[in-house]
Amino acid sequence: MREWADFETVEGEGGPVLRVSGPLTVAGIAPLDRRLREIDALAAIDISAVTQIDTVGAWTVWRASGELDARIDGASEKATRLIQAVQKAENTAAITPHRARLLERVPEAVGERVAEMGTGVKDMVGFLGTTIAAFGSLIRHPRRFPHLALVHQIELVGVSSLGIIGLMSFLIGIVVAQQGAVQLQQFGAEIYTINLTGRLTLRELGVLMTAIMVAGRSGSAFAAQIGTMKLTEEVDAMRTIGVSPMERLVVPRILAAVLMMPVLGFYSSVIAIIGGAFIANFALDIPFWTFLSRIREVVPMTDLWVGLVKAPVFGLIVAMSGCYQGMQVSGNAEEVGLRTTLAVVQAIFMVIVLDAFFAVFFTEIGWD
Amino acid sequence: MGSERAGELIREAQGEAHKGAPEFHGEYPIVVEHITNRFGQQVVHEDLSLKVKRGEILGVVGGSGTGKSVLMRSIIGLQIPAEGEIEVLGQSITDAEEDEDIDIRSRWGVLFQGGALFSTLTVAENVEVPLKQFYPELSDELRHEIARYKVRLSGLPEEATSKYPSELSGGMKKRAGLARALALDPELLFLDEPTAGLDPIGAAGFDSLTRELADTLGLTVFLITHDLDTLYAICDRVAVLADRKVIAVGTIPELLATDHPWIQEYFNGPRGRAAEASYHRTESGTTDKAGHDGQSD
Repeated sequence: MREWADFETVEGEGGPVLRVSGPLTVAGIAPLDRRLREIDALAAIDISAVTQIDTVGAWTVWRASGELDARIDGASEKATRLIQAVQKAENTAAITPHRARLLERVPEAVGERVAEMGTGVKDMVGFLGTTIAAFGSLIRHPRRFPHLALVHQIELVGVSSLGIIGLMSFLIGIVVAQQGAVQLQQFGAEIYTINLTGRLTLRELGVLMTAIMVAGRSGSAFAAQIGTMKLTEEVDAMRTIGVSPMERLVVPRILAAVLMMPVLGFYSSVIAIIGGAFIANFALDIPFWTFLSRIREVVPMTDLWVGLVKAPVFGLIVAMSGCYQGMQVSGNAEEVGLRTTLAVVQAIFMVIVLDAFFAVFFTEIGWD
Repeated sequence: MGSERAGELIREAQGEAHKGAPEFHGEYPIVVEHITNRFGQQVVHEDLSLKVKRGEILGVVGGSGTGKSVLMRSIIGLQIPAEGEIEVLGQSITDAEEDEDIDIRSRWGVLFQGGALFSTLTVAENVEVPLKQFYPELSDELRHEIARYKVRLSGLPEEATSKYPSELSGGMKKRAGLARALALDPELLFLDEPTAGLDPIGAAGFDSLTRELADTLGLTVFLITHDLDTLYAICDRVAVLADRKVIAVGTIPELLATDHPWIQEYFNGPRGRAAEASYHRTESGTTDKAGHDGQSD
């Protein structure tokens, strides 16, 4: 059972006297503190009946005596010592930095966002420039090329994502084929399920879904890794040793993403077609191998090229925004999380926007 | 070991035994008995025992990798030893019930090496975290007031109250960490290398602050350090960790009387001698060490 500090007011010489009893400690002071704040006139505070006291108790007594201009009576040796200590520690500063009112804060935040958008675009272009410069200097000094880092990143971005991308693509193939077949059956045209699955996955879905997956898997990892390295001053340490973080951290990551995206995109399309063929075998009575051989006849070669041209561009965008956001981290651990989120959101958004441009472009040049 | 017995015999803890905790009146707030800590194949502690007296500042020294921090983590329950018993304020840490655990954690404060401040909160908000956790019934006003004076009590300037940890220097981070450790007016204070990485003036300031707080608030302090000046200036006793054990506990003169090679090298090396010399310089003309008034304020 917890004990609480208590008090009673008695009339004494010169006005009311507060008699405090019980443990005047952080654990027992809460109710006393609330009641004490409501009292507006006191001549003295008698703490001779207090069983225990700590700095919180000393503070409360001292604050009340100061505010109400009251004497402190019956303080033990320890209480006196503690009261002196908290007296010296008086502090009127605010707990948190000043925050403007909501009406001022909202326009300010909006304005800041707009201004940031401008500098964000500028910084991003600047980052692209620095990256190209880093590639340039690596071409001039090929001995500095970070082979091992590149191989490691290729493993992380490419090889270790084969499982999850394969599973995702297989399921998407099933969904496209099965749902497509349901609609096409109404016209008796379910044989066109093969055209639908083949063209859709090779041209659009394979690469797009892979890019989204890579953004979530690797883009976020880039931002978090580089961001943490910035926080722990590893990036600064590299600079002072004369190792360029752009060459050592950014180049291998971007290169790995650019090289792996076409491979992963193609792999994803193939698995999606297999998924379609798999469901067609059971649901549509189109034999598995017939489905696959029909793909060759109904899908034009240009569809494959459309997918493969887009893939490295998407890889570049995902890796760039991951590395860029990572390099922007400063301050605290929260920033790493914030920047990581931003990297993924930005990457996916830009991938989808660019995909729309590509779709129109390729149709215009006759690759339809 | 001979010195261990010598350590037992030293003077009573300078009449401070009565100052501290209200509820616990035992003489030894921390009792570590025969603990063994291993990480895989590596044995860090083997059959290690240590008692900390009420009201004292116990310095813990030892070479790198002798498990000073592991010992502290074991005492505060972050690392459960493979064998042995640890009792803090009369409660067992090694087989504590969950409820008891919470109670005891409100009675100690810990300062980690880097300060370990919560980076998204201001200094004052950091101090408020333990207050909110253990005493949610406190009014907001009182909690803010407590946070404010604790910040100043730890030797920080007023402006630091509303700053974020990333805006503080290394020394200020340590002081802010100390303010949070003191938030609940603990009986026990654990300090992990409090003066590491501070400039000599800052380190000396932190030392005298520790001594002053220990005396004013009646704290028992478990202090891990590499700093010989700290040992000479503020520690009542020193425990030496080596060979997976506490090889000696006692005042510095008592330790010097032992013939363990590591202890001799530690205190009689060039740095040890320099620290001793500077200690004697500051002490001469003021009170003896037991009084401590010479250093506090």
